Amino acid sequence: MGRTSSTKEDAGALFHSLRSAYAATPVNLKIIDLYVGFAIFTALIQVVYMAMVGSFPFNSFLSGVLSCVGTAVLAGKSNFLSPLFAKDLPPERAFADFVLCNLVLHLVIMNFLG
Amino acid sequence: MATMPASASDLLKSFKLKTKQQELLIRVSILCLVYILAFITRLFSVLRYESMIHEFDPYFNYRTTLYLTENGFYDFWNWFDYESWYPLGRIVGGTLYPGLMVTAVLIYRILRFLRFAVHIREVCVLTAPFFASNTTLVAYFFGKEIWDSGAGLVAAILIAVCPGYISRSVAGSYDNEGVAIFALLFTFYVFVKAVNTGSLAWSLASAFGYFYMVSAWGGYVFIINLIPLYVLVLLITGRYSMRLYVAYNCMYILGMLLAMQIRFVGFQHVQSGEHMAAMGVFFLMQVFYFLDWVKHMLSDTKLFQAFLRITVTSAVAVGGIALGLGMVSGYISPWTGRFYSLLDPTYAKDHIPIIASVSEHQPTAWSSFMFDFHILLFLFPAGLYFCFKRLSDATIFIVMYGLTSMYFAGVMVRLILVATPAVCLISAIAVSATVKNLTVLLRSKNKVVQTGSTKGSGGSKSSSKALLDQSQPFQKNGAIALLFGAFYLLSRYATHCTWVTSEAYSSPSIVLAARGAHGNRVIFDDYREAYFWLRQNTPQDAKVMSWWDYGYQITAMGNRTVIVDNNTWNNTHIATVGRAMSSYEDEAIEIIRSLDVDYVLVVFGGVTGYSSDDINKFLWMVRIGGGVFPVIKEPDYLVNGEYRVDKGAAPKMLNCLMYKLCYYRFGEMMTEYGKPPGYDRARGVEIGNKDVKLEHLEEAFTTSNWIVRIYRVKPPNNRW
Repeated sequence: MGRTSSTKEDAGALFHSLRSAYAATPVNLKIIDLYVGFAIFTALIQVVYMAMVGSFPFNSFLSGVLSCVGTAVLAGKSNFLSPLFAKDLPPERAFADFVLCNLVLHLVIMNFLG
Repeated sequence: MATMPASASDLLKSFKLKTKQQELLIRVSILCLVYILAFITRLFSVLRYESMIHEFDPYFNYRTTLYLTENGFYDFWNWFDYESWYPLGRIVGGTLYPGLMVTAVLIYRILRFLRFAVHIREVCVLTAPFFASNTTLVAYFFGKEIWDSGAGLVAAILIAVCPGYISRSVAGSYDNEGVAIFALLFTFYVFVKAVNTGSLAWSLASAFGYFYMVSAWGGYVFIINLIPLYVLVLLITGRYSMRLYVAYNCMYILGMLLAMQIRFVGFQHVQSGEHMAAMGVFFLMQVFYFLDWVKHMLSDTKLFQAFLRITVTSAVAVGGIALGLGMVSGYISPWTGRFYSLLDPTYAKDHIPIIASVSEHQPTAWSSFMFDFHILLFLFPAGLYFCFKRLSDATIFIVMYGLTSMYFAGVMVRLILVATPAVCLISAIAVSATVKNLTVLLRSKNKVVQTGSTKGSGGSKSSSKALLDQSQPFQKNGAIALLFGAFYLLSRYATHCTWVTSEAYSSPSIVLAARGAHGNRVIFDDYREAYFWLRQNTPQDAKVMSWWDYGYQITAMGNRTVIVDNNTWNNTHIATVGRAMSSYEDEAIEIIRSLDVDYVLVVFGGVTGYSSDDINKFLWMVRIGGGVFPVIKEPDYLVNGEYRVDKGAAPKMLNCLMYKLCYYRFGEMMTEYGKPPGYDRARGVEIGNKDVKLEHLEEAFTTSNWIVRIYRVKPPNNRW
């Protein structure tokens, strides 16, 4: 009907406008987005591997997946170059927080790896 | 702008302090006094009796702490205990929450390093009051975050003396909750701070606070469900922001990872139904973040609305399908009985008698609420009103915490403890806001005179006050009267709390006190007498069978192996003991010999009138035993549905092992003037079977007031 075709047009228009807007973002942001995407991709590979060979040392699997998800999330939200970033904190403080959180994350992962 | 009478302000002015410094001095001195007050109000039992550990569970914690000080952390973490649950043993390292023990040993090590030669028992006894004082400080900062520093001060004072908290944190009550409530409030405070500031550092602190809570108490499930619920409410009410995203994500990921380091918790965060809400909200947050990014990218709002609808519905659908698949395939375990009975209070009674039998798990009566909260009961709705007037991220949190914890406090008596910080904070908001409004009224009258002369300097605010004052001339008097009323109420609250602490919550349970005939105080120290008799007069490898209530105390003080103890992890083993206690002596001796038991211990209150003895608990033994072994039927022990021990009692009751062990030689005993021999003072009747003969057991020890009775199992007869 008319609604579905307009929805399809909407989806197409949406996709195009998103693409053009994203192409306009600065290169710095795209690199960080690539980093986040890479971390999530690594997590997905680990999940597929677990599905193939079974999950026996479950703690190792969990620590691997969660370290990827953790770095992705931390990078995503410490991204002070992003326009979405909350403006009340100075960038140096945000970076220091980012380093501290990553340190804690990786220490716990190393303990949990088994 | 003097805030106190002239003489005090002159005194402080003599120190050449500015107003801000005066205010800081007052605040710091109030906090110091509250800190000391919270500590000393919990010391009643130490002053009246001695510095000892109370109740049942703290003895296990004390024994593990002792083991930790002697053997170090690695041995403690991998400890397999041979001395309890004979012959099964217990993996202690993997089945306890180490937070409390590690904290106490840390304090002990620090004091030893400073060359204070304390014994670990003293540290254990005073850990709970110390952490209660720390909780008052956290309550101050939390109140300051939610409302203002005045509310923080009132919150600190209220929580310092509130009986709901004191009941589980007196000196000697060395139990998980003493440390856990501090961890709970600290985690909540730091999380709200993280949501308010959006800083990763505060979220990291909340992850650590959550880790401390997980290491301290099983009630951490409350945190991991309340915080996602709060985030969900914020998302639904349109308060999504980058600060919320930062705070929740960091706390969830890091907190989950840290929590899984505790062996007892294990992988529950990804496998148990109780933790799935947090994961669901985590994925929902990612969806919201993505939507926010798309909204920022697009400039066309109509397109965005369509996209929004599609994304949200598909995300919710995918989440629902994943959850359904997980639960159906059994990968995600359903809610365990302990927590399911919170949602459905009738569940435990029908399915899990052990949970239903614990007195702390019963629903709460109104009198308990009044007893534990006093004026906070009506200040709580008043505080809710103030919170709704000034809605922000922080006040929404405290409202949710208050409402959910009050619901759970109504379901289970034990959970009044979890509701106490929320009730104190919300009541503090009510008190502080009311007192502030009243004092503003008081001070405004003086201001009217001044702004009358300097026109236009006060602005609209004081002129509106002037308007108010002219229409109601007695406002100042009314304000003074109301302030006096508030002062009276708060002083009554303090009196009530101290009275409750002194009368109800300061008894060690292991030492009983009563008034003698001449009004003098009589102390019954029978429990420790019996346990030390066991320690000194039985072989090292003797095994003691008793009901599970006393297991921890026997291993801690008697230092002997027990069959079942308070951990109650193996229902069949407890049911075996229950079956042995409720069978005839010939059947019971088979079970006793199969378990290698050397001594049987029972608690009997017939001589002293002590009502928490084994005869009063006997029906639970029958029910739990009958739950696993259908040969034990509860109606056999009752007469017309009534539980009796006198002449009209059921024959099975008069000849079962528990009856014989409790009333052996009791038939000749004169307990009360004017009553026949064999008069049971706890039940108030003369017992039915006075001529008790034991064939396979012999009496080994009875304490001076007959409260604890120990029997030795005779070796089997020679078969000449």
